[in-house]
Amino acid sequence: MNWKRAMIAAFTAVPVIGLLAWGLTRDPNNIPSPLPGRQAPAFTLAVFAPGQGDLRRPIGDTVSLAALRGKVVVMNFWASWCLACRDEHEALSTVARQYTGQPVQFLGVLYNDVPDKGRAWIAEMGGQSYPSVDDPGARVAIDYGLYGVPETFFLDAAGRVAYKHTGPVSPGIVRLKVDSLMAAAALQAALDTGKVAPAVDTSLGKAR
Amino acid sequence: MTRLIASDAIIIALLVTVLGAVLAPVAVRSGRRQWLSLTYAAVYTNFLLVTVSTLALVWALATHDFSISYVAQVGSRATPTFYTIISLWGALEGSIVFWAWVLAMYGAAVVWFNRKRAGNLVPYAAMTMLLVQTFFHILLVGPANPFHLVSPVPMDGPGPNPLLQNHILMGVHPPLLYLGYVGFAVPFAFAIGAMLAGEVNDGDWIRLTRRWTLVAWGFLSAAIIAGMWWSYEVLGWGGYWAWDPVENASFIPWLTATAYLHSVMVQERRGMLKLWNLNLMVGTFVLTILGTFLTRSGIISSVHAFTQGTIGYYFLAFIAVVLVATVALVAGNSEKLGSTGRLDAPLSREVAFLLNNLFLTVFMFTVLVGTLFPLIAEAARGVKVSVGEPFFNRMTLPMMVALLFLMGVGPALPWKRAAGPELKSKLLPGVIVGLLAGAFGIVAGARNPYAVLAFTFAGFAFTVNVGEFVSGARARVAALGESFLVALVRLVAANRRRYGGYVAHLGIVLVAVGVAASSTFKTEREATLKPGETVTLAGHTLRLKAAWGREEAQRSVIGATMELMDGDRVVDVIEPKMNYYPMSQQPVPTPQVRSSLRGDLYLNLMAFREDGSNVTVKVIWEPLVPWIWFGGMVIVLGALIGIWPTSRRGAAAVPQPQDATT
Repeated sequence: MNWKRAMIAAFTAVPVIGLLAWGLTRDPNNIPSPLPGRQAPAFTLAVFAPGQGDLRRPIGDTVSLAALRGKVVVMNFWASWCLACRDEHEALSTVARQYTGQPVQFLGVLYNDVPDKGRAWIAEMGGQSYPSVDDPGARVAIDYGLYGVPETFFLDAAGRVAYKHTGPVSPGIVRLKVDSLMAAAALQAALDTGKVAPAVDTSLGKAR
Repeated sequence: MTRLIASDAIIIALLVTVLGAVLAPVAVRSGRRQWLSLTYAAVYTNFLLVTVSTLALVWALATHDFSISYVAQVGSRATPTFYTIISLWGALEGSIVFWAWVLAMYGAAVVWFNRKRAGNLVPYAAMTMLLVQTFFHILLVGPANPFHLVSPVPMDGPGPNPLLQNHILMGVHPPLLYLGYVGFAVPFAFAIGAMLAGEVNDGDWIRLTRRWTLVAWGFLSAAIIAGMWWSYEVLGWGGYWAWDPVENASFIPWLTATAYLHSVMVQERRGMLKLWNLNLMVGTFVLTILGTFLTRSGIISSVHAFTQGTIGYYFLAFIAVVLVATVALVAGNSEKLGSTGRLDAPLSREVAFLLNNLFLTVFMFTVLVGTLFPLIAEAARGVKVSVGEPFFNRMTLPMMVALLFLMGVGPALPWKRAAGPELKSKLLPGVIVGLLAGAFGIVAGARNPYAVLAFTFAGFAFTVNVGEFVSGARARVAALGESFLVALVRLVAANRRRYGGYVAHLGIVLVAVGVAASSTFKTEREATLKPGETVTLAGHTLRLKAAWGREEAQRSVIGATMELMDGDRVVDVIEPKMNYYPMSQQPVPTPQVRSSLRGDLYLNLMAFREDGSNVTVKVIWEPLVPWIWFGGMVIVLGALIGIWPTSRRGAAAVPQPQDATT
């Protein structure tokens, strides 16, 4: 055994391992979405799971994006067969309840699933505070360039996609995004009505 | 209960493999060889334990025990039993269980067949097998544990991925693939064992290893062809190969293993290429692990990619250990592996093998770089790119036709030095048939130069390889007075590896012709038909009889009954379907193929009106596609002939031709 040769050869393996290690930190499916900063694709979908309390919308009611103008919208694509959706269910449901009465709309969008299974899943998970709509044929999912579930889109009060989250969300992320979008919306409203004079940047809230 | 048996068996197996692996070097170094029987016992015990665990998981699947996480993930009461059981390999965790079982089986077989062999090769080989096994047990205890408790226990599960429960080949392709893929651990273990035991320059182990490599190669060849067949029958686009990373992952080690099977003959006959062969052998195994890593870690985007998780990091650590240890061992031993022979003439079988290895290796690197390119490009330039079929086709077609040509030349060349007149008489019929085949291709409408070359070289290689059988049998007829058929059978029986190789060549020729013809002459059209209307393609007239729907236990089926017409007479009925599974709103296309020797009539249902008033079907005429599947079977037959042990009686009774032992 020639140890010197062995050592030199072993070092040649390092770049290969380095490349693979670096690759693991990347998500090949995280294809940069062109949506953030743009107007969100319009939709009109029917409610199949009503939600609870003040957030309740009757089954069969249609929800359209146009009617939600002025509100921050949190669109969560999910399915009953999706395991990662179980992880984020509690967080979304709780945070949505905390924003009751504020200009925020949480909306579940069922992806490649049937409403009956979706309702059974919600019951199994102990209920969901906000309504969910069905997306037959996954048309809206296609418009939003959905890669898989769960994916969550945060829309600002002007109906633009502000942020897209891939994978299960945590309560912190949801609050952070919703709070900042509500603040931006409030500031924009104040600017528009002339209650506040623009100090530096008049494009605030219309960024991008 | 089942859950505990299955998961505890793996935990105990993990302890057993670690213990057995540690004992082997201790026993060898300290001279206490009686301890080696403990290492061998560990190999057998491990096989037993993994078998128990695998059977327990199969039992849990069959009895719908949804308290086990894997069953809850892939099981469903409505799924037919066959697909329920084969969902063992339908998702990540189960596939690792199956992998571990195949590895344990190979380990037990290796030790059993070589247990009486003297020297330290087998102990170190057993240790290597146990260490690889340990890695898979760690996966099963850690990131790929299929045995988590699910509570509360669900009443029913989602069932396997619809694509994986739609065709019978799902029960065939994955096991073959694992038997092939995992099988390369055996030659790897022998190579590591030979280096650690200091027996690397001893010619014996390489002979031992060659048969195991042939076993793995045979399974992998069958698996690749079965995978092509499966995607052709299931996916509905009428193709069988798309250079997807997962397809490439199975093909890359096949290329190095094929190179090894040829170049090892140069080592056995002429004492050359020892270091090269060692590299091919360990490289093949490293490439199987790399392929598994690429497809299981989510590092590269692929249609086949399994779910992602932390498993990628485990694989990375394993690859790092294997790569560093192997490279260091090979380099440290390289001085011992000098050639004892040398090349005599530029026109000889050795040189043909060298060229074969050159092309196969470049081929392998091309596919490897193409597969890793998205990763490399993002690392180097920060951009997301992917290379698709055009890259692979343009880069690999020249190598494919060159290999086809070599396959015709090689068998005609003798070892050491070729004599002109003899070579001429062997090659001339091949050249004539090849030129005729090429001309026929042009007349049939082939304009792509690679297609024409493929037909030409296929005709050439086919004739030369068949010629080897004919001339060998004739020699026996002349010398021994046997009838031609008897002579042919005995010729093959006496030189199994050589003629097994030629049979495999014939299989490759059939595959090449099938691929060249179907990609050159494929025609297709889409038609929207009302009942009674017809569509015509490539001389076939099809009439829509009716569109229909049907409910089955686990799915709903929409189908179109199409009649193949000959004038007013109905010759055959073809029924392309769409299957709807409750868990997926997207239908699973279920094309129907009518095969004949001339080609396939491939029908896929694209769309339908719900009232059945019209349907849209895609009709594809794919010439000679069945030749690919048949060629695959011939390749496997060749591997079988090569693997089959030569009985001593038969071998002794027959006079050996001059270069019989190739």
